[in-house]
Amino acid sequence: MPNDIIVHGIEWTAKELFVYPNEYIYWSIQIVMYPYMTGLVAGAFVLSSLYHVFGLKQLKEIAQFSLVFSLALLPVAALPLLLHLQQPTRAMEPLLTPHFTSAIAAFGIVFTAYALIVLSEIWFVYRKYFVEQVHALRDKPGISNGMNRLVYQALTIGAYDVSDDAIRVDKKAARVLAAIGIPVACFLHGYAGFIFGSVKANALWMSPLMPVIFIMSAVVSGIALCMLTYIVIREWQAFRSRRHGGMLKAKEIKGAEQGVIDTAARYLLGFLVAAISLELLDLIFRGYTAMKSWDILRSVMYGKDFMNIFVLQYTLGNLVPFVLLILPGRTLKRTILALLLVLFGVFMMRWNVVIGGQAFSLSFSGYMHYEIPIIPHSLETFKEGLFGALTVISVPFILFWIINKFVPSLQREASGE
Amino acid sequence: MTCSRRDFLKDAVGGTLATVMPLSAFTFLSHSEARAAVQESKVRWAFLVDTNKCVGCGLCVKACKNENEIPYDAEVTRTWVERYVVTKDGNTHIDSPMGGRDGFTSMEVDGEEIDPDNIEKAFFVPKLCNQCDNPACVQVCPVGATYQTNDGVVLVDRDWCIGCGYCIMACPYGVRFFHPVHKVADKCNFCYHRISKGMEPACVECCAFGARRIANLKDPDDPVTKIIMTERVAVLKDEYGTKPHVFYLGLDANVR
Ligand code: SF4
Ligand code: SF4
Repeated sequence: MPNDIIVHGIEWTAKELFVYPNEYIYWSIQIVMYPYMTGLVAGAFVLSSLYHVFGLKQLKEIAQFSLVFSLALLPVAALPLLLHLQQPTRAMEPLLTPHFTSAIAAFGIVFTAYALIVLSEIWFVYRKYFVEQVHALRDKPGISNGMNRLVYQALTIGAYDVSDDAIRVDKKAARVLAAIGIPVACFLHGYAGFIFGSVKANALWMSPLMPVIFIMSAVVSGIALCMLTYIVIREWQAFRSRRHGGMLKAKEIKGAEQGVIDTAARYLLGFLVAAISLELLDLIFRGYTAMKSWDILRSVMYGKDFMNIFVLQYTLGNLVPFVLLILPGRTLKRTILALLLVLFGVFMMRWNVVIGGQAFSLSFSGYMHYEIPIIPHSLETFKEGLFGALTVISVPFILFWIINKFVPSLQREASGE
Repeated sequence: MTCSRRDFLKDAVGGTLATVMPLSAFTFLSHSEARAAVQESKVRWAFLVDTNKCVGCGLCVKACKNENEIPYDAEVTRTWVERYVVTKDGNTHIDSPMGGRDGFTSMEVDGEEIDPDNIEKAFFVPKLCNQCDNPACVQVCPVGATYQTNDGVVLVDRDWCIGCGYCIMACPYGVRFFHPVHKVADKCNFCYHRISKGMEPACVECCAFGARRIANLKDPDDPVTKIIMTERVAVLKDEYGTKPHVFYLGLDANVR
């Protein structure tokens, strides 16, 4: 076979018993990353809204950070979809000729709406800061200061009014946007669940519970990631001020951190319980109704994927962190471990849905295994392999680093509240 | 704000009505219903497979690959033939090496040698796109690149498909794949370029045993339509509600 003719999917699909000739693992690691990253976006936003809408004061610090972090995560929710397309140059078509009976068609619209909400909320929260920066940088010499000032000038979009009245309007607008944002964030992600849940051909995916399960686990993963990143950054700041002799400042940072983490952990636990209950309900229901597909589903779940589902996802990713978080005398190290495990658990859940859903043939008489390409030897095996996934994971942190230069989500004084 | 019970009830009823009334205007039209509302066609293409006649020679697969320019050695195909061997112990062995392109000459089914004396029954089942009346693939295509023509055939627009693979996931029959050269979704279309010019699909023309035939369901005098209407025919995977239009004579319960 000439080199250029390679069937999509053949390089990472291993077939066993009878599988239809055209069946391969068409949706691979990038489609695992898609709901994972969207989930993180939605979760981060929900966490920030707990403060902005419901006024949970304890969460103020992490809320500012989560809001900006959810902006950094946002482009990365679309990136896996783009990387997965066979015709990436046609990626704008779902916006140009949306075919609305398709669940994917609305992605562009929901995504854009959500992006606008996040952007404008951030703008309202930080507008005062932008204006202050423009004034502060006015008389400073140097090209970089001049450039920064230009950026801030652009960021204000010409709105320089920082009177008390204007700031009050800002606050109100931010709160309204956060309130609208919650259902939209849930929709953005529940809708990712719908993309899978509505595929009637797939015995594992088809379930009306899928969107709700996706939302719950999304919030879990979003909160976990925000907490984790927040802890790391705060620890780093405390470490730095200790080194510069600011023992008092370091203590202060740690004290504030502890309070935030305690509250956020409580919400994390709540959503975790909801997510696990729904997943178990789904499983029990399938076993009890034992439809035609149950035989093959059972053989996959309790046989081939037992390790992935029951050991890695439920035990290591759900049960262990649950116990770690709930046992008294929780230390910071234990929290970090629990958060890492939670993130891993949600990732495994996405994996088990997307890859697990393709682990059996539509004929119900055979199996397919996904052998994730590690060392890429072509663009295809890069995109749909380990390094493609790592690329996707690293982008939000780079973006956050850049955005945070202009929108200092970690300075307590910066936001207009 | 004060809110009496009466106010609350009034608002609740009003709100419910306001939500439900517009929703009731939504009826889920299937693609064919929507099309029929616009324009009736005189043609509805359908297919008849007589599994009793198929000998598993694989000529149809060869013809299809050549006619439709699916790379000959690529392990994807628009049509394929499955072999079913049911042994006396009640087990069903199924295979379709290279889609049955080169026929079935080995006694080995999926790596397992079958003892001829142990066979209860064995037969071949050709498969192809069912040109469903309620096609799941068309429903899920985000850009409308997969669409249904007036005469019932489902086509893919190669210039518009973004290659998301949603249709491949949505088809319960596994007939879709990515074309290895064009990098877009591909599948059987009953040789639309031929049938719309009065010719037969390549696989029908080359089948020496008459196992494959094409029909126009809207023409009551069509001999194949007559068979579909008067004989006991079956379809594959009825339970998905896709309303498949490839009909089978002699379909066994073991067929997947
Ligand atoms: S058999 Fe599959 S590809 Fe063909 S029309 Fe039906 S759903 Fe679409
Ligand atoms: S792969 Fe092409 S034809 Fe199939 S759903 Fe996506 S855009 Fe439509």
